[in-house]
Amino acid sequence: MGTLPEMPNLNELSFDPKVIKKDFPIFSQNRDKPLVFLDSGASSQRPTSVLDAMDDYYRTTHANVHRGVYALAEEATNRYEAARLKIGNFIGAPNPSKEIVFSKNSTESLNLIANSLGHGYLHAGDKVVLTKMEHHANHVPWIMLASYLGIKLEFIDHDEQGRLILDNLDQTLDGAKVVSLTLASNVLGTITPFSQIAQVAHSYGAIVVGDASQYVPHMPLNVKELGADLVAFTGHKMLGPTGVGVLWGNLKTLESMPPFLGGGDMIADVRLESYTPNELPYKFEAGTPPIAEVIGLGAAVDYLNNLGMQNIANHDRAIMKIALEKINDRFGDTIKIYGPKDYKERSGCISFSFENVHPHDISQILDLHGVCVRAGHHCAKPLMRELGVAATARASFHIYNDEDDVDALVEALAEAQRYFS
Amino acid sequence: MQGLEDLYREIILDHYKNPRNSGTLESPPALKNEGYNPLCGDEVTIYVNWDGDKIADIKMAGQGCSISRSSASLMTISVKGKSLEEARGVIKTFKSLLSLADDHETVEIQTNEDLRALGELAALQGVVKFPVRIKCATLAWNTFSQILDEIDATI
Repeated sequence: MGTLPEMPNLNELSFDPKVIKKDFPIFSQNRDKPLVFLDSGASSQRPTSVLDAMDDYYRTTHANVHRGVYALAEEATNRYEAARLKIGNFIGAPNPSKEIVFSKNSTESLNLIANSLGHGYLHAGDKVVLTKMEHHANHVPWIMLASYLGIKLEFIDHDEQGRLILDNLDQTLDGAKVVSLTLASNVLGTITPFSQIAQVAHSYGAIVVGDASQYVPHMPLNVKELGADLVAFTGHKMLGPTGVGVLWGNLKTLESMPPFLGGGDMIADVRLESYTPNELPYKFEAGTPPIAEVIGLGAAVDYLNNLGMQNIANHDRAIMKIALEKINDRFGDTIKIYGPKDYKERSGCISFSFENVHPHDISQILDLHGVCVRAGHHCAKPLMRELGVAATARASFHIYNDEDDVDALVEALAEAQRYFS
Repeated sequence: MQGLEDLYREIILDHYKNPRNSGTLESPPALKNEGYNPLCGDEVTIYVNWDGDKIADIKMAGQGCSISRSSASLMTISVKGKSLEEARGVIKTFKSLLSLADDHETVEIQTNEDLRALGELAALQGVVKFPVRIKCATLAWNTFSQILDEIDATI
């Protein structure tokens, strides 16, 4: 993990974002002005192949999974389980049929982890270590656990460029039972030195959790090399549908964890006052799962694999470089850009603010130019407080974004600045 | 630019850049209430000195976008010196302006004269066309309204 090689030029990429755009029907809808979508960090768009996969499933194959003995139900189950293997292989899971658990989104995956570890593994006074740049999804569940279990939260700090400070890592991780952190910040764009931290955390016997929501869409991830015990990510940021998230865990950790939600499919046996949990991964999948969404996510993985995750990472780097250059050239000291200055240390997004224009107003004026960016606290209020702002504007990118999108952003930002000057 | 003028009237930009009654009042004795917009992180704190009959002084602090700040600024001007009943009347008018009032509370704003009577507050009418921003415009008012409830409970 860590920083990736230099990627200097958009023209040297193995795919053309303009051609990619044609695979995404949202870009060919009739509008007053072309859609400049720079909010993939919140949720990406999805290609026709993903929509077709879900549509085809509903039209031809739908039945509940893991239940019926009839052929249609078996075919539905086969498609669902085939997607599980595909998604597991995509992240290098050694045992994809058992280690991939489907949830609703990253938030649910992380709540599953916190709740399950909170039943038996964590006790009052135990230490859980996070960073100060976590999304609320990897922060609030632990605060909730602290409030009813009495665990202690500690935080790895970061410098003014949003890079984690590892000087006191041993002191911070000593005695930790859980270390849970993001692989890439949804606000600062920082790619964290996850594997390095995981190694130290493991030396103290901690369970290591990774929030890969902003990482998996942009870079190759191999859980065998990552060093995490548990990883959460979501479908809708990686060209897949909403309503499906993933939890990967190594067998040892998943087997040691009690179920989170109870109900159908997660049991092997039920008596009036007791139950036996099902085997992995079903013990964590209570109720009818999001079958079509899982199949759609499988199609999204096919699409990403077809382009190649290393090529996608190169595009991410190239667009990050050019966007940082163009924004800095145009706005200089009048814009504050948060996160690492070096594009090689960041991924996916650029958060920024102007001194005299509130992000909400920036976003409004950008919208009139067809430019979609996020304005707000990005579900990271503690980080916002630390940055001393109520909100930032954030432009985030994916494979369909090109230099024209960056230019449209810069022009619209100049207009916003003029308007409020 | 078409569309923008509806939202960002000159009055709004003026109140954003030079907010009136910006600051704090010592609390107590001033009544104080904080409001948050969890969607965008905007925060406002309203301070009211109630002299037993009217709003003797009002201040607003916090951070927010042009709509939320200017709306708070315009509100302080509209309600300063007003009695409880008068202040509630101003809130009703404001809500009617943004088409937010319940039917039985709606104050008719139909003619240009009605609008003129509203004074600078009328500048906020353009927000109606931008539904996402209505929450920005109402934040200070809802926060202030809760202080009125508090006053009401003590009378």
